[in-house]
Amino acid sequence: MTAIYDHESKSLTAQEQEWVDQFMDDTTLFLGPDPEIMRDHSITARTQFEEECIAKGIDPLQVDRIRKRLAGALDEGYEMCEAMGAAPGAKWGDLTTAIYTASGDVTYLSCHGVIAFSAILHHPIRYIMKYWKDEPTVGIHPGDGFIHNDARFGNVHNTDQSMIMPVMRDGRIIAWVAATIHEGENGACEPGGMPSGSETPFDDGLRMSPFKILERGELRRDLVTFLQHSVRDPKLQLADLKVKIGAVQRIMERVDKTIDEVGVDAFVAALRITVEDVEEEVRRRIRELPDGTVHFNQFMDSTLKENILIKFSCKVTVKGDKMTIDLRGTGPEILNRAINSPLCSVKSMFMQAILAFWWPDLPRCTSAMSPIEIISDEHTWADAGYDAPMGQSLQASFRGFSALQSSWAKLQFANPEKFSNVIAPWFNQINTFLWGGLTQHGDQVGNLCADLNGMPGGAKAFLDGEDAVSPLFCAMADTAEQEVMEEEVPFMQLVSKRLVRDNMGFGKHTGGMGYEMIVASEGTPLWGFMTVTSGAKFSSVYGMFGGYGCGTYPLARVKGINVYDVLRQDPSRFDLSIEKVMNDQPFEGGRYTTSHMGMQFDVAKDGELYMMSQGAGGGYGDVLERDPLAVVKDVELNRITDRVAREIFAVAYDPTTFVLDVEGTKELRSQVRSTRLERGKPYAEFVREFVTPEPPKDLPYYGSWGDDTDELTATVFDIDGPQRVTAPISQMPIIMLPDRRDLKVAELEARVRELEEKHGEDVRRKS
Amino acid sequence: MTEYLLIDLDTERWLCRVCDNDFGDANGNYKEGTLVYDRDPREIHQPIIDPEKYEFTFSPDPAYCRILEFYCPGCATQIETEYVPPGHPPTVDMLWDIASLRAQWEQRATDPMVAITYGPGEDVQRHTHTPPQTPISR
Ligand SMILES: [Zn+2]
Repeated sequence: MTAIYDHESKSLTAQEQEWVDQFMDDTTLFLGPDPEIMRDHSITARTQFEEECIAKGIDPLQVDRIRKRLAGALDEGYEMCEAMGAAPGAKWGDLTTAIYTASGDVTYLSCHGVIAFSAILHHPIRYIMKYWKDEPTVGIHPGDGFIHNDARFGNVHNTDQSMIMPVMRDGRIIAWVAATIHEGENGACEPGGMPSGSETPFDDGLRMSPFKILERGELRRDLVTFLQHSVRDPKLQLADLKVKIGAVQRIMERVDKTIDEVGVDAFVAALRITVEDVEEEVRRRIRELPDGTVHFNQFMDSTLKENILIKFSCKVTVKGDKMTIDLRGTGPEILNRAINSPLCSVKSMFMQAILAFWWPDLPRCTSAMSPIEIISDEHTWADAGYDAPMGQSLQASFRGFSALQSSWAKLQFANPEKFSNVIAPWFNQINTFLWGGLTQHGDQVGNLCADLNGMPGGAKAFLDGEDAVSPLFCAMADTAEQEVMEEEVPFMQLVSKRLVRDNMGFGKHTGGMGYEMIVASEGTPLWGFMTVTSGAKFSSVYGMFGGYGCGTYPLARVKGINVYDVLRQDPSRFDLSIEKVMNDQPFEGGRYTTSHMGMQFDVAKDGELYMMSQGAGGGYGDVLERDPLAVVKDVELNRITDRVAREIFAVAYDPTTFVLDVEGTKELRSQVRSTRLERGKPYAEFVREFVTPEPPKDLPYYGSWGDDTDELTATVFDIDGPQRVTAPISQMPIIMLPDRRDLKVAELEARVRELEEKHGEDVRRKS
Repeated sequence: MTEYLLIDLDTERWLCRVCDNDFGDANGNYKEGTLVYDRDPREIHQPIIDPEKYEFTFSPDPAYCRILEFYCPGCATQIETEYVPPGHPPTVDMLWDIASLRAQWEQRATDPMVAITYGPGEDVQRHTHTPPQTPISR
């Protein structure tokens, strides 16, 4: 934090100002993230050289050929990373390769991979160009490569590491090529690179600002050693550095060949024209949308340490060819919790929605978001300041995705020109196990299961959503072979990918279903699991046009048993599901508990059960409009219970033959309709009764209460405990939450005193 | 404008696409013309594990989460839902500029009722299996 004292300012003469600027330039102690670079998501103006190249003439067919050549090269680089990458994330496709203009605007991204990167990597390149290009101790030469991971300098999150290399001709930088992989482990306070437990930015692990690690083709061994020394998995750190360099060099070869063929001018012009064309086309598409405002609120229920409610507000306004996204009303940053995200990461997930769910046909360029203005207050959890921990920034940034993906159904519904389907909300949480410790081979590791990639899809206007189909951030991601992973890590998924009954967003078309996972480790001196998910008290995704959202998801554990011993003695007991294990408690002596899904590194003894479930996609339309035959089929397939079929979908059928009762269903549905008319209250009356001037008293709530206010509501903690504050973000006090163990101790102490008093015990305490 | 709502550009009214119910001025918030119910989320997302034994059961916590159900007073269709904390004002989720909407459609010179074919009664197959008549998808 920097305290600013506003002394009476005296204006300087031009000469004095020059001296001050000169002095400041010469004596800069630290070059942190540059706000001028970090707040800007627009493409740059044409450079002089680009002007010259374009002035020599554009042949659209040649531009298209160059683009296709580049697309091929990037896909080749992508496949190299996927095939050779050591990080589990690389093997499942959580990576990207891209080519950039000299100024750093993304021109083209590999077809597969994570689209979000097209909104983010211009930041580090601009930083390199601004600070390192002319810096005598750094400089940029052919064969150089820059590494970077810290999201404060522009990244999706800190697990992702980039290798960024310049394309140079005659001493001039004419383009950049980069590969970025979700590496996972990064030396954070917990294994796996996205700690839910980080309480300061220094708990988040490696803080790589962009720096040169590859000098004229040679990897700097001293720096590599430093990085290896800073993470839990030194082999991974080295291996994937080489993989990324190899992939980028291969792309470079293809680029070189293309330039040799078409010449520098045509190449540079093609990169720039692509970026400009996409911007132009985006303006045209915005103009085709109806003018107006769509507002979408989300509420997250967890800091990953305790349950709270924090709001993500998003208002999208269209006027002519201008679109504005307004995030004001979003809750404040929490300075000792991992859920905060820098704005650039939230924007990267906006881009994910735009290029995967709005206009998937466009080239993945930085310019796809250039024409969109984004209004946001710094020091909110979706626009966190430099001092906020960001280990689980996906909590905020994935809400950014959902805000745009969900709003799109309303924005595009009445537009005759559609580039994608009308879709209910996609699931948006990272429901998977992170893990770390010593493997059966003696290696220290930390990473995660691919199950996060089994996010179920939202229902569509004419179809049910797909079950466990793909993560919101990567359409082509794989959920991996668990058996292959088991060769490398000392735990098994005793239940892997079994759909959880009723786990879907109900509607005329239902959202996709999610599966459960049950894991247990064995044969390791030290192992542990973590989970990094919210949505155990408040649903994470909602429905569309009358449909319902997903349910909520517990973390369930059975500790103090060894399930492997039990199963070895009696293999017939190998019939597990969360429902059976938790309700029947079949393992004697086990401690059965549930909790929310923010679990910091928890030491797992042999055979202890950890259980969780993937989420569900949002439903679309009124449940009473669902084809009754589809409902009966879902019961027959054991996808939904009889209770849901009758109570939610109002379908009557014969439970033994699964034959639909057409008349009975008509009757049931008409009953439900009359009940709705009876219990539904006219809007004004409902609002009078339901709406309260502030959140429920004991609910720690963060964000605007209602949408007609410029103030945020927050619960802050002082010596007397929780206090509610309402203030504009500029006057909001710093919010730090107390350690939940301290709260627990205080609660227990109070109880002890109460009992002492009750029983008349005379206890003297000193303080 | 949605699965269940249309805007009559001549009268500037929000109308139900199922029963023609009038929800009010299309320049305003359609929710004002709906019936609303505060649904306990446990009725929709029913517990999968025993709520007697466990705090977290696959059901949302009603002290954190409520589901607002918005019904058409004419045909009782559930036209929208909203997940909010107890007591939080319902969101004004859509406000449209009707004059510019009208101008947009005049310029397109097509009938929106013909051009927009999403909505109740539409057939899945037509949109997924029949080749489209024009290269532009709907
Ligand atoms: Zn109606």
